[in-house]
Amino acid sequence: MLEINNLHVKVEDKEILKGVSLKINAGEVHGIMGPNGSGKSTLAQVLAGRETYEVISGEVLYRGKNLLAMTPEERAREGIFLAFQYPVEIPGVSNLYFLKTALNAIRRHRGLPELDAMDFLAWVREKMKLVQMDESLLHRPVNDGFSGGEKKRNEILQMAVLEPTLAILDETDSGLDIDALKIVARGVNSLRSDERAILLITHYQRLLDYVVPDRVHVLYDGRIVKSGGRELALELEKRGYGWLEEETNVGVVR
Amino acid sequence: MSGAAVNAPEAQNIFLSNFERLAERRSGKDPSWLRAIRQSAIERFAQLGFPHARMEEWRFTSVAPITKIPFQLAEREDQTVTIDQIRPLMFGEPEGQRLVFVNGHFCPEFSQLSSIPQGMIVTGLEQALERYPDRLESHLARYADIEQQAFAALNTAFIADGAFVYIPPGVVVEAPLHLLFLSTAPGPPLVSHPRNVIIVEPNSRVSIVEDYASVNESPCFTNPVTEVVVKENASIDHYRLVRESLQAFHIATQHTHQGRDARYLSYSLALGGALVRNDIRVVLDGEGSECILNGFYLVKDRQHVDHHTRIDHVTPHSNSREFYKGILDERGRGVFNGRIVVHPGAQKISAHQENKNLLLSKQALVNTNPQLEIHADDVKCSHGATIGQLDADALFYLRTRGIDLEAARQILIYAFARDLISRIEIAPVRTEVERALGAKLPDAPAAESAPIN
Ligand SMILES: Nc1ncnc2c1ncn2[C@@H]1O[C@H](COP(=O)(O)OP(=O)(O)OP(=O)(O)O)[C@@H](O)[C@H]1O
Ligand SMILES: [Mg+2]
Repeated sequence: MLEINNLHVKVEDKEILKGVSLKINAGEVHGIMGPNGSGKSTLAQVLAGRETYEVISGEVLYRGKNLLAMTPEERAREGIFLAFQYPVEIPGVSNLYFLKTALNAIRRHRGLPELDAMDFLAWVREKMKLVQMDESLLHRPVNDGFSGGEKKRNEILQMAVLEPTLAILDETDSGLDIDALKIVARGVNSLRSDERAILLITHYQRLLDYVVPDRVHVLYDGRIVKSGGRELALELEKRGYGWLEEETNVGVVR
Repeated sequence: MSGAAVNAPEAQNIFLSNFERLAERRSGKDPSWLRAIRQSAIERFAQLGFPHARMEEWRFTSVAPITKIPFQLAEREDQTVTIDQIRPLMFGEPEGQRLVFVNGHFCPEFSQLSSIPQGMIVTGLEQALERYPDRLESHLARYADIEQQAFAALNTAFIADGAFVYIPPGVVVEAPLHLLFLSTAPGPPLVSHPRNVIIVEPNSRVSIVEDYASVNESPCFTNPVTEVVVKENASIDHYRLVRESLQAFHIATQHTHQGRDARYLSYSLALGGALVRNDIRVVLDGEGSECILNGFYLVKDRQHVDHHTRIDHVTPHSNSREFYKGILDERGRGVFNGRIVVHPGAQKISAHQENKNLLLSKQALVNTNPQLEIHADDVKCSHGATIGQLDADALFYLRTRGIDLEAARQILIYAFARDLISRIEIAPVRTEVERALGAKLPDAPAAESAPIN
């Protein structure tokens, strides 16, 4: 589904991704862990089409197509969804209107009829149950004045409503209590299917207790320095990232 | 534009000769007090001349384009407008109350007044001068400042017609009153000087839409003065809409005088015109009086829109809130100057002012300037001004949800203005603003941020 080959990315003349390669098949869940500043969000944002990051070299294929040539909205319509580490507040735009506009843009692209206000409301209510979000949040401006946890839930709600093919979650579990974490996990698990793939960026292996990954990768200073099964997450949590430096000989002093 | 270019002194002479013609035409018709007012106003204008960039109040707005065109005074006889041209500009409601003016002249044939409350007067000023001279004498030209303001002096010199609205005590007028001022100059460039007087007696309430529109693209100069008197415990919602063509010049002076516990809501909506200047002055002259000045300017192409507002807190316990927003695109230029004067002894007042601007192009420009002059110590005043662009993070966020760039821009532009727009209580006015904005969130429930009124 997603194939990243030797991706180099810079921002403001600073190279951040220094040759990332990664392959995710349909039906799989991958986890990415790594210390602060290692480039996890950069990777996620580049996949979503953020233009402030400059791709120096490498390629990204999404279902066989050149992802990097697509605009952010084309990527979304083709089924890519990024749950932001820091969801953006948009005063003046109601959450409901935002979700409906997004869903209908994607449905149009897929050749499906647009949902009217009534059908949409029924659709979104169904999804809200899944994330146990208060309906009043639908009528508030997007993320505006939402608590940290509400913002994260709102990301999961959007994901549930838009039903992406490839979902990338950038630290959606950070700052959540255990109940909220379970809700996020439930949202992710409900999306899991043979036709979909999920990329979970996280600092904590506890999310991976609830959403069991097929593979775990360590991103360290812009490179994937180690990949393994879910046990790798446990090991990272126990030992931190220091040992990787010797073992993998990445030779970077931080 | 037709007509040879002229220079400022010449332009001034054209206005002076226009005056001679008017004075001749009106001689014997008008009361002597009015003739005296006109005479002293033209003399004052002759002394003041047109404002220039060295004057503090005109630093960012040049009226040179106006002085280069030999505007002739629009006569009633020049009127060629048909009802079909007016219909698209009407607000539609069959029961709507409407006065129509063409180049400043009241046109009863296009106007409609059904079932106005007993004692209420709504008519053209020319008629009112014949029928209610005494009522007018105590208010007409008593407020606008002709000593300092050249354009107010110019208008005063040409007082002939306009709208006269009188609400008797204790009357609540339900339907909004639409004052539709049309400008048109199919031949040579024309100037009009509408003079409007609105008097709201104690305990009354009314909504008025003062609306300036063009029936065609033609070089017009509209120079209105509106005087509003809001007496004790009375209330008025006063919308001022400028949607003239890109060949129109519009220099307006508005003066509102409020008594005790009087409430005044002003909405200045500047959507059209090549050069627009709105001088809005409110005098809070009664304890418990309150004014809310809201404004929205949408400036594109090479438009220039200037708002100069001034609020005078004369008495203690008076409140003002001011909230202006501007969207500037292409080579548009905006000016906001908000002055708040708290007079000595005016304690326990609160005054808040905010001006926010959204720039959509690199060539667009805005000058914003709050001015507080506080001569009392027990006051709560605040002001803030911002100039920003569309939020790149928000744009990206919307796009990652499948919304295309253009739609995302529209959503954010609308979002910027929506709190102001959603508080416009007269639906056709709101629709007009949305149309100008080219954006509308059809079924979005209001997502409000800080309340304005
Ligand atoms: N827009 C930007 N401008 C300048 N530097 C940036 C920008 N975005 C990211 N960086 C830098 O790139 C590096 C990687 O940042 P990134 O956000 O991808 O890290 P991360 O792995 O997601 O970290 P965290 O775990 O803290 O979220 C950091 O050094 C960061 O400061
Ligand atoms: Mg990050």
